[in-house]
Formats: sequence, structure tokens, C-alpha cells
Amino acid sequence: MGKDAGPEERPKWDNKAQYLLTCIGFAVGIGNVWRFPYLCQIYGGGAFLIPYLIALVFEGLPLLFLELAVGQRLRKGSVGVWKTINPVIGGVGIGCLIVSFLVGVFYNTILAWVLWYFFHSFQEPLPWSTCPLNESRTDYNLECKKSTPVNYFWYRETLNITPDIEISGSVEWGMVICLASAWCIVYICFIKGIDSMGKAVYVTSTFPYLVLTIFLIRALTLPGATDGLLYLFTPDWQTLKNPRVWLDAATQIFFSLSVAFGGLISFSSYNEEKNNCERDAVLVGVINSATSLYASIPVFSILGFKATTALNACKDENILALTNHFEFSDQNITLQNYDYWYEYLNTTYPGKFQSLSLRECDLQKLLKQSVSGTGLAFIVFTEAVISMPGSQVWAVLFFVMLFSLGLSSMFGNIEGVLSPLNELKLLPRWIPKELTSAIICLISFLVALLFTLSSGNYWVEVFNGYVGSVPLLIIALFEIIGVIYFRGMKTFSDDIYIMTGKRPNIFWKACWMVISPLLLLVVFVAYVIVQAQTRPTYQAWNPDYEKFPETEQKLYPDWVFAIIILLCVVPVISIPLVALYQLLRGRFRKSSVGMELNPYDNDAFVTDTQEQKTQRA
Amino acid sequence: MIAYADFKIESLAYFSKKMPNHVRWVLQQIKSRIERLNALFRPVMHYNCSAHHEGTNMTEEASNISSDTAAYPWSKNEMFLFRAALAFAMRDYTNGEEFGVSDIHPCDETERVSFWFVVTRPNTTDLVDKGTVEMAIKKSRNRINGAFLLTDQTLEFDGIYPTLAAPVSPATPPWLIVFGVVMGAVSVGIIALLVYPLVQRKLKKNKDADDEDSDEETGVKTAEIGANDGIYNSMFSDDERFTQM
Repeated sequence: MGKDAGPEERPKWDNKAQYLLTCIGFAVGIGNVWRFPYLCQIYGGGAFLIPYLIALVFEGLPLLFLELAVGQRLRKGSVGVWKTINPVIGGVGIGCLIVSFLVGVFYNTILAWVLWYFFHSFQEPLPWSTCPLNESRTDYNLECKKSTPVNYFWYRETLNITPDIEISGSVEWGMVICLASAWCIVYICFIKGIDSMGKAVYVTSTFPYLVLTIFLIRALTLPGATDGLLYLFTPDWQTLKNPRVWLDAATQIFFSLSVAFGGLISFSSYNEEKNNCERDAVLVGVINSATSLYASIPVFSILGFKATTALNACKDENILALTNHFEFSDQNITLQNYDYWYEYLNTTYPGKFQSLSLRECDLQKLLKQSVSGTGLAFIVFTEAVISMPGSQVWAVLFFVMLFSLGLSSMFGNIEGVLSPLNELKLLPRWIPKELTSAIICLISFLVALLFTLSSGNYWVEVFNGYVGSVPLLIIALFEIIGVIYFRGMKTFSDDIYIMTGKRPNIFWKACWMVISPLLLLVVFVAYVIVQAQTRPTYQAWNPDYEKFPETEQKLYPDWVFAIIILLCVVPVISIPLVALYQLLRGRFRKSSVGMELNPYDNDAFVTDTQEQKTQRA
Repeated sequence: MIAYADFKIESLAYFSKKMPNHVRWVLQQIKSRIERLNALFRPVMHYNCSAHHEGTNMTEEASNISSDTAAYPWSKNEMFLFRAALAFAMRDYTNGEEFGVSDIHPCDETERVSFWFVVTRPNTTDLVDKGTVEMAIKKSRNRINGAFLLTDQTLEFDGIYPTLAAPVSPATPPWLIVFGVVMGAVSVGIIALLVYPLVQRKLKKNKDADDEDSDEETGVKTAEIGANDGIYNSMFSDDERFTQM
């Protein structure tokens, strides 16, 4: 087998489909479901697609192509690749390693939350549909009454969140075991490297599409779905004038494609050399964006359904108030003639009408309540699911889908950690890869215990906002510079010619040499400027806040701010450090530059014993 | 003319059927009720309501039944059922006092199924105080609901809050069961995947130790592998077995 004798063979994909599914699974993550529809909504619906697609074509696809090509040609993980191109930029690989590790740690915590909800979906009634009673059993729990049962379940029963990031609270045991399960599941899929992972992606990458289709069909048949969809897709061309839209589109494409993690480089290095990576890159990029669009349809149908349900509940409340107050017989005021009666009563008995102080029931206002991130999945969606008949089924399907989406992205993160680790030769050779994976999973689990504290959610948001943004931009910038200027456009074109049979055309060249680095630089600078303008704040869930159930906006304390700066700087500090180290080393060994090449090294001559061993195997 | 001046707001209670997600607006209702009563002169059709409004601080029970969106059919018979149910509740609470249907007096019925009612002691005109009536209703709430095939959410006595049912908490939380199943499967999988290659390798090693000689593949066929092609010559057999010294 070559395992216990001779050089270890690089693992290979069983077939092309595995490779593509893995890359697509890595790119398509939870963000496609809960970030893109939100952006579409707040940036004028259909109009947002324009900056999004432009960013995809000029920034996303070139970066993707670059990474896949470099990995496939040099057949090494992210550290080896940059070391090979030029040892000076070897730090880029280490940066990828650190970023992948940090992102993996908090991303799996989100999966732990998804698992928690999944485990709790097997109950009738769903635990987030009703409020628990207070101690004296006379009334519902106060915190739950003031907000909603869904909010209560998320903030109190799942997270047991503290009102401030400084108050750490205690470790939540329910969350710890969910986190342990999440890491165990990641481990079992990764136990044999890409051999086991390649089999797992057949399920984890395809299952979400199945569930999305089911949800699409179900959601489109719900009342109010068309309102939601209309709201989502009605283009508001005015938003295109806002530079923030272009910035968000560029950042969204960039993070959505999962470039600069190092995982894609490793995945493509397991390919055979003669593989059309250009087509693969375009395929992965297009499928990722298409999935985002496809996912936003059921999401918005369900949001429209939720808004309609809330509207009807609001109207029902008002109808009851009116009927009781004006003592009409029932069924006089219905949902259909509500507007007519509203106007009539307002004009004929204005005094009495005002005294009722009815709630304003406005569909547009309800639709405008846009949510993204955990709010969408764990609050809005769970609330919508309660109103659908057969709630448990939909809840289970939804959370399994989220878990699959996240799991396939986790594979990329883990690969981005393991592969450079192997290349850096930090661990002795005799440790089998199962043990290495186990050690990495264990260390990540222990670090992630931070997120199981009561203030864990705030920390996840810190990591999410700062680790997964600025360092990636810097790493991507250096990747392009490294390939185009250190390796050289000509050599790179030759590489691509060897692999695909044709040189990259003028579009790719223009993008790599000018457009993409420029775009990245602009995005990076704009991003930093926007972040630096205001002191970062966070939304805290504080039951003692006077405007509860609204979340309270608080400033990050100084020590958290210092940690944020650290998170942005530590991954990228390796780039200048390694560059400096290599330059100094080069200066001292300037005379012995040829020492690496031994002119007497004859590769054709292999010792006998080695040959025998390989033959026997 | 009926004097309502002595009417205390605190003594009013409403009985109204409510729709799901109904928000309580008792005080406003009470205020408007007072306004309306003061504003209109209503010829009193029913027995006790007006007589006991004058200058008494006996509390009175008022109730509104309102039908829900499914248009609960209300008729005189239903009213009779209501009075009978309430008489039962009173009997049950006071343990034997023979309240009859005639002791429950609804009044001020409106177009909407909502009304007030007072309760008198059997065979007298003394009003039963509000507290007792409330306790009686609370005790037999289920039965009253059941008589009308309604629930706490669709049939409401204003001022009498339903005692909330304790939430169902099963002995083993269901989520632990699911967690146990999933983790069990994952652990078994991990152990299997780790142990299986080790076992396989051990078996292979044993197999390797057995036929190490045959690895040469230089055409020499021993008895174990390919000697069956030719004629077995017993003269050259392995006679170590027989000549052990």
C-alpha cells in the first residue's frame, strides 16, 4: 500500500464529483441562507444583484481560479504552496492556518446551537411555542411574557445569556454536550482525511438542496408568500448610489466563496494534475451564487408568511377590541371588511376610537423587520415553523439542512488547519492522521468552551465580525501578489497551460494583474475606514433594560477591544514576520545559495532495499 | 330613573368570550360600561339588576358572553344552559345549597353575546357576593367550559383569570433521548472506523507470517499453493511428520 514503506502518497479524490461537491460544500455555507437574503432585502431587492454579480465576476471568480490553479499545480497545502513560490511569502500559509482554526472554532459553536434546536424539535408542542410558568404558577414567566416565547427560548433556555459581555456567567452544560456532539460528528467525518470526508460530502453537500426545494414548495403555498417575495425582489434602484451597497456586495462575495482559508488550495492539490480547474472555478462560483439566490426564495416566502400571520393576529386583536367596545354582534367586523370598519368607526366616533389605542397593523412595517444571522434562523424561522401545520417535521428538516450546510463548510476549515500543520512538520511523523485529527478536534473543542459560557453569544459575534473579515482580505491580497508578482504571470500562465491545455485569456489576466488586487485594496481600505469611524458596539439582551424586549446597544469594553485588535492582527502578523526571517536568512546565506542543489544527486539510482519493499507492497 | 352613582368600578366584572390571543382591556371596558349605563335609560326587563343598583354596595357580578369568529349560536336555550351551569357551580362550591336556575339573573344583554348577571341565594333576594361567585366559577371552570364545548381561550369570565395548566414535563427530556441516539451512533462509528483497520492489519500480518515464502513468486510452487497441477509424488513429500526423533 505504500503506507509503511517509501514516501507517503498524496491522498486522492475517488472521483471528480467528490472534489466538486467538497468545494461547493465549502463555499455554500450557512451564510448563503441567512446573510444573502438579508442583504438583498436591505439593499433594495433585485437591485442588489447588480453589484453582487459584478463583484462575483471581477473579484470572486479570479480569486477562486487562482487558488484552485495554484493548489493543483504545486500539489501542496497552503503552507507548502507559498513556500514553493517564494519562501518570503511563506507566512501567508501560516496566516491561513490561524484564520481557519479561529473560524472553525466559532463556526462549530453555531453548529452546536443548530444541534440543540434539532434535538429539541422532537417534542410536541415545540418548546419554543409557549412560555413556561413562573414559580408561583399564577402567570407566565415575566421575561417570556414581555418578549416572545421564541426569544425566551433562544436567549434564556438555549444560551442563558448575561446582560453584558463582561459578565461571563457559568458554563452551560446543555450547550457543552451539544458542542461535544458537533465536534464528534466533525471528527468522524474527518477521521480518515479526505477518504472519509469525500464520502460524507455526498450527503452533506446535496441534502441542503433537497431540503431547500422542499421548503421552496411548502413556502410558496403559504399565505403571504407572494408579499414576501415581492418585497424581496422589487428593485429599488436608488440604493445603487450608496457606496455601502457596493462594499457589502464585495465583502459578501468574498466571504461567501471561502477563499483565503487555505482549504481550497488543499482540496485542489489532491486532484490529478491535468484537470480543467478553470471550469471548476467558474462552476463553484456560479453554483454558490445561484444557491444564495435559490435559498432566498423560501426564506422570503416564509418571512412574508410570518408578516401576514402577524398582521392577521394584529387585526384580530383590534377586531375583538372594536367588537367588544362598540358591542356589535359577532362576524360583523371580519378580516376582509376590517379596513372599511376601521375608517368608518374612526370618523363617526373619533373620541371613543382613540380611547381604545389600537395597534397599528401595517404589512410593510412588519416586512421591514429584517433579520440576519442567528436571529433569522433561531427566532424568525422557529416562530414561522410554529404556525405551519406539522411543525416538528419542518423544524427537523430545517435544522438538519443548516447542520449539513455548516458541516460541509467545517470540512474546509479543518482541512485548512490539518494540511498546513502536516507540512510544517510540527508533529512527529509516526503519529497517524486519525490521531492528528483527534488532537485538533480536541483542542478546538476546549477553546470553544469559551463560547458555552453565558456570554458566549457575544464572543461568537466578536469572532464572526473580526476574524472572518479583515485578516481574510489581507491574506487574499497577498495571495494575488504572491502568485502574479513572485511567481510571475508568465510562469503561472504556463502552469495553467499544462493543467488545462490553454492559457488564461485576457479577462483572467486583467483581473489578476489589475482589477482584483485593486478591488480588494479598495474594499479593505473602505472596510477599515467604516469600522474605524465608530466605536464598535454590540446588542445585549438585558431584561432590566427599560425598553426591553428591545436589545440594548452597548459599547465593547476596552479589554474586549484589545482582543478584537489581536484577532485582526495575529493571523496576518505571520506574513511580515516570515518575510523578515527569510530575508535575514537569505542575507546570511548569500554565499551558499547553491547548497540546496547537489549536482551528484542522481534520482534514477534508488537503493535496493527500497525497491524490494515497494515491490512487495 | 335608576341611579348608578353609587356604582363602584371595582365591583364590576365581565364575562366575555374571547378569541385567541385576546389582550385584556378590562378597565377600559368597565369605564365605557359605566358611561353607557349613565348615558342611557334602559327599561329593565330583568329582575334584580336595577333594584340592587340603588344605593347598595353589594357587589354585582357582570358578565359578557361574546361569540367567537365561528359565530357561536346563541339562543334562549343556550342562556338557560348557562344559568344551569352556573347554578351547578354554586351548588358545588357551597356544598349543597340548592341553587336553582331561577337564582341566576342575567341582565343587560346586548346584541353581542355578552351580559351581566347576578346570583341570589335560593328562595331569597339576597345577592351572593362577588368573591363567592368568583370562587365557585374558578372551581367549576372546566365543567362550565365543557358545557359549551369551549376553552379558557374562547370563553372568558372577566376578572377571573384561568389557573394556568402546568406545562407538560416528561420524565426523561426528549432531547436527551435524541442526543443519546445520535451520539451513540457517532461513537460507535468512530470506534468502528478506528478499530477496523487495526484488526484488518493484524489479520493481514498473521496471513503474511504464514506464507512469507510464497511472496517470492519465482515459480516455485509448494504444496500449499499450486502443487495440485501436477501429479503428487509421495516420495518427495514432507516426511518430517513421520520421522521425529
